[in-house]
Amino acid sequence: MIELVSHKLCINCNLCVEVCPTNVFDAVPNQAPVIARKEDCQTCFMCEAYCPADALYVAPQSHTDIAVNEDELIESGIMGEYRRILGWGYGRKNNSELDTAHKLRQLPRPYQS
Amino acid sequence: MLTENELQLSADVLVIGGGPAAAWAAWAAASQGVKVIIADKGFLGTSGAAAASGNGIMSPSPENWQKVASERYRVGKDLANLRWIERVIEKTWLSLPLVEKWGYRFPKENGESVRQSYYGPEYMRVLRKNLLRSGVQILDQSPALELLLAEDGSVAGARGVQRQHHRFYTVRAGAVVLANGGCAFLSKALGCNTNTGDGMLMAVEAGGELSSMEASNHYAISTAFNATVTRGVPFGWASYTDETGKDLGGYIDGRRDPAFLPNALMKGSVYARLDKATDEVKAVIEKSHFIAFLPYKKAGIDPYTERVPVTLVLEGTVRGTGGIRLVDDNCATKVPGLYAAGDAASREFLAGLASGGGGPNAAWAISTGQWAGVGAAVFAKSLGARANERVARAAGQVGLRSNSFVSEKFDNDAIVRGVQAQMFPLEKNYLRSEQKLLDSLAKLEALWQQVQGNPKQDTVRDIEFSRRAAALTAVARWAYFSALHRTETRSEHIRVDYPQTDRNQRYYQATGGLDKLWVRRDWITDTLTTSPVETTATTPVVSKL
Repeated sequence: MIELVSHKLCINCNLCVEVCPTNVFDAVPNQAPVIARKEDCQTCFMCEAYCPADALYVAPQSHTDIAVNEDELIESGIMGEYRRILGWGYGRKNNSELDTAHKLRQLPRPYQS
Repeated sequence: MLTENELQLSADVLVIGGGPAAAWAAWAAASQGVKVIIADKGFLGTSGAAAASGNGIMSPSPENWQKVASERYRVGKDLANLRWIERVIEKTWLSLPLVEKWGYRFPKENGESVRQSYYGPEYMRVLRKNLLRSGVQILDQSPALELLLAEDGSVAGARGVQRQHHRFYTVRAGAVVLANGGCAFLSKALGCNTNTGDGMLMAVEAGGELSSMEASNHYAISTAFNATVTRGVPFGWASYTDETGKDLGGYIDGRRDPAFLPNALMKGSVYARLDKATDEVKAVIEKSHFIAFLPYKKAGIDPYTERVPVTLVLEGTVRGTGGIRLVDDNCATKVPGLYAAGDAASREFLAGLASGGGGPNAAWAISTGQWAGVGAAVFAKSLGARANERVARAAGQVGLRSNSFVSEKFDNDAIVRGVQAQMFPLEKNYLRSEQKLLDSLAKLEALWQQVQGNPKQDTVRDIEFSRRAAALTAVARWAYFSALHRTETRSEHIRVDYPQTDRNQRYYQATGGLDKLWVRRDWITDTLTTSPVETTATTPVVSKL
């Protein structure tokens, strides 16, 4: 579930408020948005994909709360990982061309007799 | 109640939903030169099952059409419809170059685009951009709650709430497309918590019918710590072990045995390790199913060397096939002016009672979205310029309006938990039996009585969630009532008391009703027309096609 809106990175654009499909965030005037309804978060990571400042962290744990440390997360380089995977963001080329799904059928399968 | 500042809009076509089917419907309708509004409960671009992942698309190149179509037909176990399979494949194949034109970059092989899959976030971003260019008005964060009906019973628009403006909205329209997804019962299956069966409830209240609702128990594997990314493909290279590390097998002739995991999980914990993946396999699955690897990376887990507990998450009718019954090639429903597309509609033609998940559903969204959009536009035009001056009434009842004199409000969360307690357990929904289904239906009936009471409506969220609780209860009842009356095992509908597939039960099962449920067997004949026949149902048949 969503665990962090980093005040150190957030640029107060409120895009996450706009795009969250389950309406988890609330805008706050002149500040970073707040996680207002965490219980509605479905752990879909879409807010991370849209955040232009890599300021959001959705923990992979979907049903349990996880304590996170903002500095450690930033230090670890994991912030913005989904955007890097997608190739979204200024100066990047989107990665949809790297899709390999059409090659799945040709892969060797285990346990074949 | 929020009665002030209600937003009033009008259009020729209103599309409800925010995934691929909705986007394709809105674009197709707009291409007919009519005014289109699209209203989604979330954000068109992030809502639904497609946006939050990647997907294969059933769009083989023409030399493989016949092969893929007959394979699809075979999967449907005598219930699929070859003509529909072929028209979906053809329409999808013809449509995908448009996506490329609108800005989506497909992978290339030998200089040619391979249009057989998409990255969900990018695909939906491109579809949204195209809608804005096409002049479609988008209402995000605007869950529709109920349809409006004209005096002659045709649809006249819809009404809902705007989550972030704290107000109601009404869109008057000549025709409406329901493309708001299936129902996964708030299981958190990837992207599916926006798919709560609202469309099915709205359709039935308006006089529509559902079909194949017994195909509503699709479960998908995920890790237990991240019981949301329901992507099975990487697990094709897993070895499965129990608590003690003993190998559990799980494969038959090189294919995963679909019965293995549910049965193993009913006995105890199951661990998976993707240790059968070679470097060649890793390179492919990490790029095709990137979303499955994001949770591992964040949790610091190496799935190729570490054993990770897995679970099964209910995807309901999102990958199951049940939904609103379509009555013609334009994706019309039984209600004049009301069309259905994508997972909101029954995908029985593509899959029978098997899963339509992944490629078939992606193609279904593209094709039915467009057929529904065009159908709705043509219908709206036929009404003439004064369509939106028709007298109309709001059709929503349960969870929205109540005749109860009791002032106490029903508890949304308790209702949802009560529904989930009947729908989630493998013991009840994967292995079905008459006794268990009757027991669940009795419990669901008690919940249904509760949602007849007064809904909590202090905020827009209360209004949305009260109605949602009613929709989930309604869908659960249709699912189990249909499961009760299909007395055989076929594809994903497993009846332990009727373990064989009965060749004589070659029919689509229609269902509907609110307080009083009904089912009807629509027999599949060689000419592919349907003739209603009464069942041995305990509840009388009250509706005919």
